[in-house]
Amino acid sequence: MGEEKKVIVFALGTEEYGVEVEKVRTIERMQPLTRVPKAADFIKGVINLRGVVIPIIDLRARFGLSQAEYTDATRMIIVSQGEYEVGLIVDSANDVIDLDTDDIDNPPEIVGGIKAKYLDGIARIGDDRLLVLLNLEQVLEKHEIQQLERIED
Amino acid sequence: MELNQYLSMFIDESKEHLQAMNENLLSLESNPADIAIVANIFRSAHTLKGMSATMGFEDIAALTHEMENVLDLVRNSKLAMNPFIFDCVFKSLDSLESMVEDIIQGGTGKADVTQIVAALRSIVTGDYNKPAAGGGAQAAAPAKKEAVKGIEVDEFQYSILQQSIDSGFHVFYIEVTVREDCVLKAARAYMVFDQLYQNGEIVKSTPSVQEIEQEKFDRSFSVYYISRIDQEALDKLISSVSEIQSPLIMAVDKTSLEEMSRSKAEAEVVSASKEIAPAAPAAPVAAPKAEPAAPAAARPAAGGAPVANRTIRVDIERLDALMNLFSELLIDRVRLEQLASEVKRSELTETVEHMSRVSSDLQNIVLKLRMVPVDSVFNRFPRMIRDLAKSLDKKVDLIITGAETELDRTVIDEIGDPLVHLLRNAVDHGIEPIVDRVAAGKNETGTIHLRAFHSGNHVFIEIEEDGRGINREKVLKTALKNGLVTQEQAAKLSDSEVYQLLFESGFSTADKISDISGRGVGLDVVKTKIQMLGGHVQVDSKFGQGSKFSVQLPLTLSIISAMLVKLGSEKYAIPLSSIVETAAVQRSQIRNIHGNKMIDYRKSVIPLVSLSHLFEIPDYNEEDEEETEIVVVRKGDKQVALMVDEFIGQQEIVLKSLGKYLTGMFAISGATILGDGQVALIIDPNALIK
Repeated sequence: MGEEKKVIVFALGTEEYGVEVEKVRTIERMQPLTRVPKAADFIKGVINLRGVVIPIIDLRARFGLSQAEYTDATRMIIVSQGEYEVGLIVDSANDVIDLDTDDIDNPPEIVGGIKAKYLDGIARIGDDRLLVLLNLEQVLEKHEIQQLERIED
Repeated sequence: MELNQYLSMFIDESKEHLQAMNENLLSLESNPADIAIVANIFRSAHTLKGMSATMGFEDIAALTHEMENVLDLVRNSKLAMNPFIFDCVFKSLDSLESMVEDIIQGGTGKADVTQIVAALRSIVTGDYNKPAAGGGAQAAAPAKKEAVKGIEVDEFQYSILQQSIDSGFHVFYIEVTVREDCVLKAARAYMVFDQLYQNGEIVKSTPSVQEIEQEKFDRSFSVYYISRIDQEALDKLISSVSEIQSPLIMAVDKTSLEEMSRSKAEAEVVSASKEIAPAAPAAPVAAPKAEPAAPAAARPAAGGAPVANRTIRVDIERLDALMNLFSELLIDRVRLEQLASEVKRSELTETVEHMSRVSSDLQNIVLKLRMVPVDSVFNRFPRMIRDLAKSLDKKVDLIITGAETELDRTVIDEIGDPLVHLLRNAVDHGIEPIVDRVAAGKNETGTIHLRAFHSGNHVFIEIEEDGRGINREKVLKTALKNGLVTQEQAAKLSDSEVYQLLFESGFSTADKISDISGRGVGLDVVKTKIQMLGGHVQVDSKFGQGSKFSVQLPLTLSIISAMLVKLGSEKYAIPLSSIVETAAVQRSQIRNIHGNKMIDYRKSVIPLVSLSHLFEIPDYNEEDEEETEIVVVRKGDKQVALMVDEFIGQQEIVLKSLGKYLTGMFAISGATILGDGQVALIIDPNALIK
């Protein structure tokens, strides 16, 4: 038996993803965003969360997936990674499950259009569910973004 | 571990004590005989020793212990300060500071202090001055140690002497030296004593009588003697004993009695080193013998007893939380005011008005909570200037005024480094070497004034020195060489504009790059940092007479007045401090010069900036309008007109940071939360003016 990991499960399209519970501050419904000019295109804007200004990233855009309309189910998962506090727009967020680290495998090169570096692993839950664990650090890695911005300029 | 809760207390208090010791030591340097200051330093060292021992920081405790020993001797007037001792103590303080710093960083506070400890110990034993003592130092040292025990007159004896003087007896201080070739020293000494006993009373002798009988003295001994016979007779008496050199006899009256007891340190060494002349201290223990008046006239210790501090330590995080919550309150207040005006119920309006007044008062208080006196930044400067001046062989006086002026805590954190740089420049480049100053007819000691004061909504910090001033020609030369200005521009620049060139990166007119400055990296960083704090820096100078650097900073950072504007459906805020004027322009007034849009504005032509284009506003483009609203903003003497959709109005807004993730956003300096809970971005006009 490996360690236990509690994970918040969210969906992007048909795929299910997980983020460690410790890193999640709160899950909010969609709010109107304030656009930030000249920011990378996956940075949709900022919101006011109880007096603190939080930047919001659209995960689909971050991973280069096709964009989707925001529905009632769309949520913002506010995560805390290192010094950054950022919100991630996801199609829906429903579950909290316990994972055994033994059940987590290394991800294949491309899973659902997302490069492996953004992923921490793949876990099998239940009979036919596959959970993809996000590597938040890589998702919020800024170096690449800065290079992107420079190219755009 | 329980000790951890005490760790932060230990750190805070240690830092305070070290700071106090540093300050006291500096003022002691200007008044070396002020024992009261020494007592203060001793107390701080003592407390520090206790705290560090309790916390298990042995190296700190050991070092402070040695410092205590030295300080103890000084405060009991058994040792007088001299440059070597000052340096040692300063070095010890530096060591202690780095050990505490290590603890703050999570280390153990251990350090190799053997060298300093040895130095301090050598001060206590007097060994450190072996080469300096005049003649027979080796003998002097141990003899002095003996003598240290010796010539003290205890209180009882002291009062006897005093009473004798009062009763009209003669009191003498006699030093008797046996001749070099004398073999039976004890016998001769005994004979002298014999004579003395027959004619009066010996109050105290050094070394003691037994020791003299056992020949445990070098060649001389001294006594305090009461008699009815006069000095001449006494002299004859003693000299009549063979193999005795002519004795030193000093008549003791009340004042010299006091002098004696104070300078007994000197007296011991004098007797030990066989130089009879009391006025010539070959003594390693220097100066104060010549100024017995000084300790007598001891100025009241700096500040006297420490004023009981009626303050509480508050965790910075709690203050920040308080500020955040309060900002939320402000936003709601604005909302309520809006609603009240819509609803138009008199009771509601009254209550909201009252609430507004109360929250305004609260606002002032909360803002002041974040204010910290600049002293916390200034207090390390005297020491820094002292060390710097010493290392450059210059004499510099640092005069600080207005240290109680308060600044926002966030500004305080950031303003230290720029000020350090400016001060170092002042000492390194501003103040000339002693030789040059004298040649120029100036006082050999340069003066640097460090002033802080409020004015309007700003705090000013000035660094003014009477050094060599800035050479306009030299600055222009370097600027031309680096391509910062052209020849024609150079001629038209005013003096202050020329001096501003110093703040360009890579600029340095120093011929030599010293360890301290001259690399041309400093001043531009200073300017950037100050601008980041929302302030600016200006230079004034007279070649040959000195220069003045003025730093202007906003009083509070978090709440500013701004103009809210609309760009399509998006709202933005422009800081009022940058705005010159708002106006409207007709499409026809817009000129196209060299591909850039410009307009006539009050006797000059200024560029137009299209925010809709720069910010890629989706639903607004001023090209679709006949008339466009503009906001004229200023940076220094440059002006630019920003084209906006609509003016919303002027408002006080609370600055919110965009957080660590969104850094380096183009032309956006932060965000604010509007009355409706929406976030509005704050435009940084400086980024739009090139």
